[in-house]
Amino acid sequence: MSKYRIVIESGTENSNYWKDLWKYKGLFYFLAWRDILVRYKQTAIGVLWSVIRPLLTIFVMYFIGWLFGSKVPDGVPRILLVCAATLPWQFFSSSFSETSNSLIVNSNLLTKVYFPRLIVPASTVIVCLIDFLISFVILIGFMVYYQYIPDYKMLFLPLFLLLAIITSMGTGLYISALNVKYRDFRYIIPFVVQFGLYVSPVAFSSNDIFKSEKIPEYVKYIYSLNPMVGVIDGFRWCILGGETTIFIPGFIVSIAISILFLFIGIWYFRKMEKTFADII
Amino acid sequence: MSDTIIKVENLSKRYFLKHKNAEGYVALRDVITDKVKSFVSSKNKKQNPKSEEFWALQDVSFDIKQGERVGIIGRNGAGKSTLLKVLSRIVSPTTGRITIDGRVASLLEVGTGFHPELTGRENVFLNGSILGMSKFEIKRKFDEIVAFAEVEKFLDTPVKRYSSGMYVRLAFAVAAHLEPEILIVDEVLAVGDAKFQKKCLGKMEDVSINEGRTVLFVSHNMGQISTLCDQAMLLDKGRIINRDSSSKIIQQYYQGNNDDMSTSLVFNDANDKEIYFKSIKTVDINDDRCDNFAHDASICIDFQINSNQNLPDVLLGVHAYDKSDKRIFTTELPLTNVLKIGQSNNIKLIIPPNILTPNNYKFTCGLHIPNVQMIDEHRGICPVTIFDNGSKFANYNNLDYGCVFIDCKWDINSK
Repeated sequence: MSKYRIVIESGTENSNYWKDLWKYKGLFYFLAWRDILVRYKQTAIGVLWSVIRPLLTIFVMYFIGWLFGSKVPDGVPRILLVCAATLPWQFFSSSFSETSNSLIVNSNLLTKVYFPRLIVPASTVIVCLIDFLISFVILIGFMVYYQYIPDYKMLFLPLFLLLAIITSMGTGLYISALNVKYRDFRYIIPFVVQFGLYVSPVAFSSNDIFKSEKIPEYVKYIYSLNPMVGVIDGFRWCILGGETTIFIPGFIVSIAISILFLFIGIWYFRKMEKTFADII
Repeated sequence: MSDTIIKVENLSKRYFLKHKNAEGYVALRDVITDKVKSFVSSKNKKQNPKSEEFWALQDVSFDIKQGERVGIIGRNGAGKSTLLKVLSRIVSPTTGRITIDGRVASLLEVGTGFHPELTGRENVFLNGSILGMSKFEIKRKFDEIVAFAEVEKFLDTPVKRYSSGMYVRLAFAVAAHLEPEILIVDEVLAVGDAKFQKKCLGKMEDVSINEGRTVLFVSHNMGQISTLCDQAMLLDKGRIINRDSSSKIIQQYYQGNNDDMSTSLVFNDANDKEIYFKSIKTVDINDDRCDNFAHDASICIDFQINSNQNLPDVLLGVHAYDKSDKRIFTTELPLTNVLKIGQSNNIKLIIPPNILTPNNYKFTCGLHIPNVQMIDEHRGICPVTIFDNGSKFANYNNLDYGCVFIDCKWDINSK
């Protein structure tokens, strides 16, 4: 009997929260599965959209980079430089904006059934991750076209992907919880995403910033506060190899910020979670 | 105490009602302007006129033992749904403590999480997992669920193309195949046709009786409550008023609904007539004032008749009308040599149980000499409500199945 004992009290932490999260892994799977199934229902070209959207962004960013004459390491086609940055950026921007809205989109679930609410934003990240993996064919396509062979550093790519997941998860959790209470974030998020595309090294490379003599040192650190700088630099380092270097202190700042976001995100989400059904 | 499966102690739930601002959520601009306001005028710092406390549940305590089927009854806003939401861990209580020994499945809505774009098959899996079933469990019961819902042909059609009946059937079929120790159900049976409602109720009763499942059931359909539940709790304004057998609680609920009704009709304007009604009231079989009757209880009308002189051939006539003013029956009592002159006479009409079907009724009462004179008459008085206390037609609650119950005989294979 006591196997399933549940005690509900006001104010006390649910000590079984993480165990519950594990118990509800089936729901986690089904929510992700639902979103993937639904995503391209009743579309003519379906899953191709996960390729076309980043591809168009790549072309635009390629053009902007070329227009402003950002530097490209020797022997690396510009399009690969842009591609290696656009894909993780797209993953971050879509999962950030979709997790932020995920609780509101699923409000009918939140007010009618119990489950650890963390499942909702987490499964949204997974859906975006799958989109990202599909869009990876673009990069492979360009690599084949330019006959570009990556070296052993490619093996570290999953680590940077993990960093991208942590970053989008942390920020997404925090904003999604805030969004339940203050719908203002619905309007802030698209702006942040749009703004982020230009302050992150997508069209240009971080080397342009770090190696510039004109830019003062403290601006370089402020620039590194953007956790996506670390992610994108990491991606480029893995894919494009030796010519691209990582600005180590900036990189550490980026990682630290990502992890900090994750902890703050989880902490705030857990704190607000109990009131979601009341205020959504 | 080992068989107590749900223990609720001093449970309260507070909400803050927002005035002026109708939106359910807070906008950042309000927070900022409020902060500024309270900074400027420190007078209303403590009292925010925009919000008001509202206790949806107040100091609720009860125990439920394993295998009990408890109905929760109350008017709209009595706190029934809030109670179920707190028990299902959807909202957290403001004070109090709940201990639950078992797996809970709550059904607060039919088809929670159904996605219109997904097919019936996909939705069964999705909804099942939302309600807490494992993938394996759903697979095992899939055929049973589909058969119960009677939608085999449309399994691969998106549910947005389903008729609402099919949708509800499929949604309830998934829920009906849950196997928790405790099932919490909130008015979900209000949808769907009568036949399917009956099927669902039967299924719920089945699992409860055969497998010792505990059921908490909220409904406004008293017939369903008395069919399914052996006990009931009456909630009003967030408090538990009473807990007893379901028929007693239903009676109390209906009684409480009409406490603004006059206790009896007293007439003072006819004192000069030869014979007249002094008062008329409806009472139950124990002579207690009552205007809500179970379908299986006697309805009594208590007359006080004063007679000033002995008239020959006077009749007391009573017509019963239903709510659409259709005359249901007439009954008469000859009063010749029955009344005592110059004093009050007490006469009681007893309408036998199991005759009138659940509905609202009114009566017209008259003292008359047939075809000669109407002496005293009161039209459309003594409104009563007859409620279903678990009749065999309880599930046809919204349908007209006639004015009277008749215990007909059937002869099968007689030729």
